[in-house]
Amino acid sequence: MQLRVAMAQINTKLGGVVDNLDKHLEYIDAAIDQKSDVVVFPELSLTGYVLQDLAPTVAVQPQKPTSSFSQLITASQSIDIMFGFVEEDQRNRFFISSAYASKGKIIHIHRKVYLPTYGLFDEGRFFASGDTIRAFDTAYGRVGMLICEDFWHASPPYLLWLDGADVLFLASASPGRGLTDDGEIETSRWVDRINKGYASLFTSFVVHANRVGYEDGLHFWGGASAYDPNGNTIVRAPSTGESLVIADLDLNQLHRTRARLPLLRDERIGLVERTLRRITNNEKPGKDG
Amino acid sequence: MVNIIEPVKQEFPHLHIDTRLARDILVGFIKSEIERVGFKHAVLGLSGGIDSALSCFLAAEALGPENVLAVRLPYRLSSQESYDHAQLVIDQLGVQTRTIDITPIADGLINQIPDMNRMRQANSMSRSRMICLYDQSAEFNALVVGTCNKTEILLGYSTLYGDSACAISPIGDLYKTQVRELSRAMGVPDIIIDKAPTADLWAGQTDEGELGFTYAEVDRLLYLLIDERYCPEECIAAGFDAAFVHQVIARVQRNQFKRILPPIAKISHRTIGYDYLYLRDWGT
Repeated sequence: MQLRVAMAQINTKLGGVVDNLDKHLEYIDAAIDQKSDVVVFPELSLTGYVLQDLAPTVAVQPQKPTSSFSQLITASQSIDIMFGFVEEDQRNRFFISSAYASKGKIIHIHRKVYLPTYGLFDEGRFFASGDTIRAFDTAYGRVGMLICEDFWHASPPYLLWLDGADVLFLASASPGRGLTDDGEIETSRWVDRINKGYASLFTSFVVHANRVGYEDGLHFWGGASAYDPNGNTIVRAPSTGESLVIADLDLNQLHRTRARLPLLRDERIGLVERTLRRITNNEKPGKDG
Repeated sequence: MVNIIEPVKQEFPHLHIDTRLARDILVGFIKSEIERVGFKHAVLGLSGGIDSALSCFLAAEALGPENVLAVRLPYRLSSQESYDHAQLVIDQLGVQTRTIDITPIADGLINQIPDMNRMRQANSMSRSRMICLYDQSAEFNALVVGTCNKTEILLGYSTLYGDSACAISPIGDLYKTQVRELSRAMGVPDIIIDKAPTADLWAGQTDEGELGFTYAEVDRLLYLLIDERYCPEECIAAGFDAAFVHQVIARVQRNQFKRILPPIAKISHRTIGYDYLYLRDWGT
């Protein structure tokens, strides 16, 4: 089975939800023209990234969708759409979230779990962190979503894998940092390396959409990419410029790779669980590790 | 016989940059940060030195040379060489240009103060240039592009509200050494890259003479201290003279005030800078 994925490597207007929505609709139309099954937008694609005090003013409660939100859900009648927004819960906490909409409904929302609050980042000051990592079912298989810093940590992709996700959809608004003389910004090289690692270790597909453009002095380095269960790169887009990057995922590769390399079959979840419990409880190592 | 594979020699961190990538990022930055707020034009002071030459090259590539106004701002003691070197950049790029003699402005103050020392005179010249650039930005419907590099910002080797005043700062995260590398790649005339950097405030003045060390030397130290987060002892262990290390650290710390907006005394629940936080690019 082939899955055609479109990664919308877009720039956004900071706090300009209506303009950003228009861009989403334009890219969704283009993805449909390209016969894509799913279109993936970057982190906070409806709002822009360094929101600071703008966060509460652009937030959406999915139970009371705004017009922009509703238009995206409606658009998902023709194509699956993953997009980023500021979510406000019923008790008025604000989250960096990504929604997955399909056939006119939101079927899953992921709230960013790891909020970087170091270096140039200050997310923990403005946002609440999510507390759930969960895979979900789509028409073409079970998948999972993560947002930027979530996959700089190893455990969220690992948990999604164990929860049944065969395709990891990763969304970022990653500012470039670390310019050396070897042809690539260090952030970009790092993310390529870990995503290739996840695809290899979890014998799964990894799809990553990162935004482009500038906010004040920060530049976002794009580089939309997809990797197959062998850890090979399917596509890696240039680091600048808005693009709709199309990748064909041959989902049958899961069968072939896992027949050769049964890492999922052999994964010792019980061992992991026991060990984590021991570490969490600060117990001394037992005879089984 | 045991086959020994010896440890790979640790390389000293270096400052080389991928100039193609740096060029793309900085050109994109200038274009984005000028056009998103509704402008098409940039204005900058072109001194004949490397920093303003590189800034002019980047701005011309970002906006088109016809949209860049390079202003020469000589004082009566400025050298002919600086003027001529600025002309080389103007001719090579085809940017728009204008020359404004700042002597009457600066001397208007200097002549009223009999004992004004050299540093105050230099600051007055720098601020006179700022007045001209901001005036020209209004006439040319442009934003002022800054020309300070990371080395001088860190060392505080600039005039507050003088050459540090600008709307955007494209080369403020490049050390002088990296400015040279990028300038070479972008085709800045060699004669500008290779000459001794000078503020050109009096005959024979050079930055390195005034600072007491070379840019090449201090850049390597600053890179370890700032970018690589080395502590002073680690820098000394890496081969830097202890007195030099401490002198540079003290200088960087002493000049922090030049790198931030003036602190506002907090009274209310919501104070600009502390808990009223928006990017410049808000809404764009």
